[in-house]
Amino acid sequence: MAIEVYRIDDRLVHGQVVVGWGQPLALGFIVLVDNLVAESEWEQDLYRMGVPPEMTVHFESTTSAMEHLREYRLRPEHGLLLTGDTATMRALVEGGASIGAVNVGGLHHRAGRSPRMRYVFLDPTEESDLRAIAACGVDVSAQDVPSALPVPLDDLLTRSGG
Amino acid sequence: MSDGTFAIIAAHGDLAEGLVSAVSRVAGAAAAAKLMPFSNATLGGTELADSLRQAVETSGARVIFTDLPAGSCTIAARRIAHERPDLAVVCGVNLAMLLSFALSPVGGAAAWELAVEKGRAAIRVAEEGAGGH
Repeated sequence: MAIEVYRIDDRLVHGQVVVGWGQPLALGFIVLVDNLVAESEWEQDLYRMGVPPEMTVHFESTTSAMEHLREYRLRPEHGLLLTGDTATMRALVEGGASIGAVNVGGLHHRAGRSPRMRYVFLDPTEESDLRAIAACGVDVSAQDVPSALPVPLDDLLTRSGG
Repeated sequence: MSDGTFAIIAAHGDLAEGLVSAVSRVAGAAAAAKLMPFSNATLGGTELADSLRQAVETSGARVIFTDLPAGSCTIAARRIAHERPDLAVVCGVNLAMLLSFALSPVGGAAAWELAVEKGRAAIRVAEEGAGGH
């Protein structure tokens, strides 16, 4: 399987993804699954220009990601699949994407969200999404960078610190 | 302030704050007062762009210096620059770059263009050490 990490991160492509995970995993490609970005050339240019030349970014809607996932997994390079919200990752998992583990990498402060960790704030719908993902047999944990200890979902949902 | 002599430094963690502190130490408080530090800490992509947009509007800054080209600060800054053609975004900020900008007697593009030159020129291998070729 060429996709090493399935990550939820509301900053989408940014330093932690490109450098923090990109360098130790020697990432060759990122699959950004976001319906709005998939429809906007400008948004795609914005994220494409942020990655180093040795890395490619592929933009997919939830639907097209399901269609192309097998091809990405057959690629020889290491890859990372990224969604900006829990609902998109849930849709992939419940759509049969066969994902073993989901990394909650960053869901930051926003009105209606409660702090769980420094980089994870969740509203009730997002908690429900993560529980639903876990109920499909997926290992869900929070971890911003590879050197940090992953925090399992059950532990994450009992925390109340920002 | 809208004469182009003011800038925002948007960076990860406490880097922007630290750079402004360093400018103050090297060039004085008046130079540092031309620079507004901005951190991406705790903010998601949308909130980061909103907060940075507000900082640009209240400060009158015409340039945002950011750290990583792939970083969330740069993404947010470019998003705002797309809405505002009068706003420049410069990635790869360093102290030499900021000192040049903050001490420039002129504002606008001339100030940040010179700052970019100074910032680039400051990056050099001073000693190769044992690992050099």
